[in-house]
Amino acid sequence: MIIEGAFSTIKQINKMGMVGMVMLLALIGIAVFAPFLAPYDPYDLTDLGEIMQGPDARHWLGTDEIGRDLFSLIIYGARISLLIGFSCAFISIFIGTIVGLLSGYFGGWLDDVLMRITDLFIVIPRLPLVLITVAVLGPSLFNTILVIGVLIWAGTARIIRVQTMSLKKRQFVDRARSLGASHFHIVRRHILPNVMPLVFANTVLVVATSIYLESTISFLGLGDPTHISWGMILHYAFVSLAMTFEAYWYLVPPGVMIILAVLSFTMCGYAFDEVLNPRLRRRQ
Amino acid sequence: MKSKNYFVKRIGYSLLTLWMILTLNFFLFRMLPGDPIRLLFSDPRVPIETLDKLKAQYGLDGSLLQQYGLYLANVAKGELGTSFVYNTPVSEILAERLVNTVILLLPATILSILMGCSLGIIAALKNGRTADFICLSLSQLLWATPVFWLGLLFMLFAGNLLPLAGMETAGASFDSWWARAMDIGRHMAMPMITLSLVMLGQYAIIMRNSLIDVLTEDYMLVAKAKGFSRTRQLFSHALPNAALPVMTLAAMNLGLLIGGAIQTETVFTWPGVGRLVFDALISRDYPVLQGAFLVISVCALIANLMADLLYKQIDPRLEL
Repeated sequence: MIIEGAFSTIKQINKMGMVGMVMLLALIGIAVFAPFLAPYDPYDLTDLGEIMQGPDARHWLGTDEIGRDLFSLIIYGARISLLIGFSCAFISIFIGTIVGLLSGYFGGWLDDVLMRITDLFIVIPRLPLVLITVAVLGPSLFNTILVIGVLIWAGTARIIRVQTMSLKKRQFVDRARSLGASHFHIVRRHILPNVMPLVFANTVLVVATSIYLESTISFLGLGDPTHISWGMILHYAFVSLAMTFEAYWYLVPPGVMIILAVLSFTMCGYAFDEVLNPRLRRRQ
Repeated sequence: MKSKNYFVKRIGYSLLTLWMILTLNFFLFRMLPGDPIRLLFSDPRVPIETLDKLKAQYGLDGSLLQQYGLYLANVAKGELGTSFVYNTPVSEILAERLVNTVILLLPATILSILMGCSLGIIAALKNGRTADFICLSLSQLLWATPVFWLGLLFMLFAGNLLPLAGMETAGASFDSWWARAMDIGRHMAMPMITLSLVMLGQYAIIMRNSLIDVLTEDYMLVAKAKGFSRTRQLFSHALPNAALPVMTLAAMNLGLLIGGAIQTETVFTWPGVGRLVFDALISRDYPVLQGAFLVISVCALIANLMADLLYKQIDPRLEL
């Protein structure tokens, strides 16, 4: 959450958010319409071109070491990256919101216990933890999603907890309580709707983190080999020594796509954050 | 008195977290299918009696709780088990690799802080103008760049300039320690630049925001009113205060560093802890993974504690 407040005026923020939104919609479009956009089916290994071939009219971004069309691989890669991004974010936001609400609303020993667990997940370096857990459980798409989602909720929990603690002291909560409302009712009807904007802004940022983590896991060879993701393409590029072939068409585009995906989500996220959460606005 | 309480509390929390790390580390590797002895001796010809004897020898015939106690006792003695692949004690391998990682990470961190802060200062002084926008966009772009991909790009486009793999020229003998150090330096350049470029963005943004804040403080107006030169205003009044968050970030960044180190060391075959983790992941060398994970987490825990305590020391205004 370092970058928040970087772009200092709301006008700049909105412009940045718009750019991010356009990039994001384009990515989603690519992922949804992949079969129509891709000239070849990258999962079909019977229709292969020449191996390690540079870009030409038939293969716009050349081919990889087994002759698959890289342009099609990149297009299909958008599907896995977005799928992973959204699923991980959903799991992580779900856990983070519940922990944050419980901790902030009830306080006391429950808050102490939950916050110590949260601290643990904030202190432990994220990448080694995710890598080792995936290695222990075995690499698969499901495990990747599960592990990233279950391990990166701590930041969300902290943000939600602070917000809940301040909401809890507000008059409308006192009013509900004096009317005899249950804890469940208060949290669901009065606290949750007020933390939702924050949850939403946070989700977008968690998606970016998940996409980044997935690409790293796949690059390091712990991804699901039956699914194509940008990190996986780079893994095969690295293993087949694309650097020594100077196969720039193999190495450059997947990385550019990862950066664009991560940036589009962070740009939207900071824009939402800044607009929804006036306390984050910095002094000029 | 209050600050003494704060110290005690922080250290207490850290000890609690240490215990949680150990527990997590123990149970994480218990999720593996099969028992450790079977993992070690996968040959079906090994008779059951031998396996049982080995189990008893390693204390694996006890209950889970007994095994957990044994694990804690062993870690306390510095025994982290034996590597499946190298067949040497994990603690020895880790000690050797840790040195190599520090050799790479320390200069990379210093370089990224220097470059990041310079960029941040430029951005803050040109707040809201084109130079600011360029600095910020560059920082954000670098922040979103996968470390391993940047490393691959360097190998692709600058492959002929510098050595790209290993830490020393293989098989070479050196006349003096200086010649050897130069050789290591040449091998280090690429991974070091890769790491520092990716980390730079964070420092730039923190420095910029912090300096913009400081520049609006009353004491800056006083310094200006006293007629100090702009350089003196910046260097002796603004920067010492603006640097505080940068220092905390530097201390807390160890987690990020280790993540970056795994990627950089893998790409450039640097024989550090990161490459060790990668190799162990590929060969499923669980004792090494368990040991490395413990060391990495404990380092991060210590760095966090230091950052907390340091922050309180250098900024006494803080009420915690």
